[in-house]
Amino acid sequence: MEPSVKKKVMTVDDSRTMRDMVSFTLRGAGYDVVEAADGQQAMSAIAVTKVDLVITDLNMPVMDGLTLIRRLRAIPAHRTLPILMLTTEADESKKAEGRAAGATGWIVKPFNPDKLVSVVQKVCG
Amino acid sequence: MDDLSRFKQTYFDESAELLAVAETGLLRLAPGEIDMDEVNAIFRAVHSIKGGGGAFGFNDLVAFAHEFETVMDGVRNAEIPVTTELVDTLIRANDVLARLLAHAADESDAPAGTTDESVASLRRFLAKAGEPAIDAVPAAPSPVVSPAATLYPDDEDDEAGIFGDALAAIQAARDDQPTPAPAGPVPAGKVRWTIVFRPKAELLLSGNEPTYMLRALRRLGEAEVVCHLDKLPSLRDLDAELLHLSWTVTLLADPQVDRAQIDDVFEFVADDCDIRISAEAPPPAIIPPAIIPPAEPAATAPPPAPTTPAATTSGSAKPGDGAKRTNGGTGGGDHSGPTTHTIRVDLDKIDRLVNMVGEMVITQAMIAEHLRDLPPGQFQELLEGLEGLAQHTRELRESVMSIRAQPVSSVFSRMPRLVRECAAMTGKEVMLVTSGETTEVDKTVVENLVDPLTHMIRNSIDHGLEGPDERERIGKPRAGTVHLSAAHRSGRIVIEVTDDGRGINRAKVLSKAIEKGLVQPGASLSDEEIDNLIFLPGFSTADQVSNLSGRGVGMDVVRRNISSLGGRIGVYSTPGEGSRFVLSLPLTLAVLDGMVISVGEERFVLPLTNIVESLRPKPADLHGLVNKCDVMMARGEYVRLVHLHRLFGIPKAIDDATKGLVVLVETEDGSRLGLVVDEVLGQQQVVIKSLEANFRRLDGVAAATILGDGRVALILDVAGLREMSRHGSGAGSFGNANSSGGTPPSSPSLPAPADSTDQRQRQTV
Repeated sequence: MEPSVKKKVMTVDDSRTMRDMVSFTLRGAGYDVVEAADGQQAMSAIAVTKVDLVITDLNMPVMDGLTLIRRLRAIPAHRTLPILMLTTEADESKKAEGRAAGATGWIVKPFNPDKLVSVVQKVCG
Repeated sequence: MDDLSRFKQTYFDESAELLAVAETGLLRLAPGEIDMDEVNAIFRAVHSIKGGGGAFGFNDLVAFAHEFETVMDGVRNAEIPVTTELVDTLIRANDVLARLLAHAADESDAPAGTTDESVASLRRFLAKAGEPAIDAVPAAPSPVVSPAATLYPDDEDDEAGIFGDALAAIQAARDDQPTPAPAGPVPAGKVRWTIVFRPKAELLLSGNEPTYMLRALRRLGEAEVVCHLDKLPSLRDLDAELLHLSWTVTLLADPQVDRAQIDDVFEFVADDCDIRISAEAPPPAIIPPAIIPPAEPAATAPPPAPTTPAATTSGSAKPGDGAKRTNGGTGGGDHSGPTTHTIRVDLDKIDRLVNMVGEMVITQAMIAEHLRDLPPGQFQELLEGLEGLAQHTRELRESVMSIRAQPVSSVFSRMPRLVRECAAMTGKEVMLVTSGETTEVDKTVVENLVDPLTHMIRNSIDHGLEGPDERERIGKPRAGTVHLSAAHRSGRIVIEVTDDGRGINRAKVLSKAIEKGLVQPGASLSDEEIDNLIFLPGFSTADQVSNLSGRGVGMDVVRRNISSLGGRIGVYSTPGEGSRFVLSLPLTLAVLDGMVISVGEERFVLPLTNIVESLRPKPADLHGLVNKCDVMMARGEYVRLVHLHRLFGIPKAIDDATKGLVVLVETEDGSRLGLVVDEVLGQQQVVIKSLEANFRRLDGVAAATILGDGRVALILDVAGLREMSRHGSGAGSFGNANSSGGTPPSSPSLPAPADSTDQRQRQTV
């Protein structure tokens, strides 16, 4: 169940609480976690760190989640990188927009720790 | 999984910041000039509060934040026009949100109906924007769960599970497909699921990976995976980025495993795949599908019946009830867990710590005092140890002080609202500019800044700024500007309130002061002295009592508040161009680095930050002036000499400056003074003991301290000494030192300037 080589997940959220909770939950499940406070930070971090999964909030200052997803997908190396949207947005149009942008899936806030882990396992093992 | 309640404190801290962000944004929001960045920031703030609140199960709060957010979303999408009324409603909503957060923080329920009014007015805007406000039932007063469900049904599905929409697709895919029947009987106590999974070729491009999904299925039970290669093209036609495989998984799972869990696996890919799922249970377990409450919480309900034969049962159920269950668990979980990042500490405890550090400093000074008398050369290690101790004490002191440090932004952030209200009340147009919000000050100082700043800003708007029409007439922009700034300057914090209004009307101030008997008629006062009259008790220039001014709270109260913090206030005004109020405050309140000096039998402490150098003047450097004031030439500059023994009436001290020492000191405004002393004894950290609290205020004295030998020494206030020497008002002894706090000045014709600066009891570190 625990990945033998630790997979690295990047959590992108402008809310420190949310980043803390995601990090804590995933570290507890044996993942490495790197944090970014907005899309721009995530882009810069990904340029130097290989990550196995990105979990991104949608509403963020500087660069929002959808833009981040589009930018990442435009980079050949990240065409198949799993990217999950972490969102409180309920409406389908946002999810559709996310999928159109290239998101792998979504997690709805408030997330449940077990659920988060199982979703993460589902997309990055 | 560990529960997440340990992050509650972070959440509350963060929410407080977000509330401030929202408020700041809302106050800037005005009809006509809508800054989308601002609108987005407000939306995000509310959104984040809602998001975090949901994680902790603060349902009332989440429900209300949702209402708030919906309106902000309307504003964001330009569906709701920005009007003054809207902004007012939103500001009130922000207040309600703050109240809900406060209740959540101390784990009390908000009183029923807290949100009703705000929700109703928020919804009016939605109704106007064309959205049906049918469900405008005033927010149900009943606490948990139900409001969330009724108020935003959309979210509810999502809250229930991550699966809402994906399910329908899966179900549709399944329904028109006959279930391939696997061979063999189903073992007792198990359910056999057959899952046919045919992804579209582009699946990989969304970052989905079928391997992991198969692995996820395996976690649900005993799985047999068959891979179908029928679509696999020849090697020549193969595109590595496309997927050509499909799978059939036969899963033998415990009855607790429900359909939703299997659907979960394919949640993200349901639209891009052909998925068929069917279930088979051992014969005896069959129960009519319709009766079974479908996705029974798996963990709590022992498996009385498997989620029976046909997959039809669970498909119509609300998926992922499991998620909801565990969700509740999180929210109601143990909330005593400490957060890893911040802890809350009772202020008393920190104060005790500060006091202890103070006592330690005194003890250390005492040891140093005794060691000084030891024969030199011996006890080298002891002396070194003492030096180390001094260093550590200093660091400890700084650390302890930094615990109490807070950025002034917590005060500054309240001011936009005040400005807005004052502007509305006076009919003036006001722009507030703030700078230096991150400047850190002791918490006590921050707290005590609110009232003075409130008063000064009110004053600036009410008295200082002209009305928009008048401003236009004299060629100023219609909107007046009030600038609030904070900065560190020479070991103190300096806060300024500047306005570009009409400046102080000196003729009026003077005539009022004479009328009230505060100044003798015919007295000749400098502009600066006249400006400072406004700090006199009982002084008011307001012609009539308005809502803002003339309520008996004057600048004298401001000055008293500031001086009780060990600070001082000054005013600088240019007629027609505006006024500037300058507050200067100590950074911390407990310990300072000082130089101990002796005058006769007395010891004094001079704050190190004031000292420039000490000199032994030659007779040629000294000059006498007509008004008995000695002047000394120091480094090419004339400096007024202050004989401390004369000022304080100390016997047996050196009067001839060439025989003693002159300590050159400097005040914050750069003016210099030469203090004539007998001897400079050495540098020392001293603990500030308030003179006012323990004795009474003395001019020229900032505070008192206890030296290593147990003697009490006074900490001198350089700016105060300057004023005393300038006006010659200090001739006296400790016995009859002028202790005028708020009383009319002793010299009626020259009252104000001294008072503007001399009320301090503490000095800065």
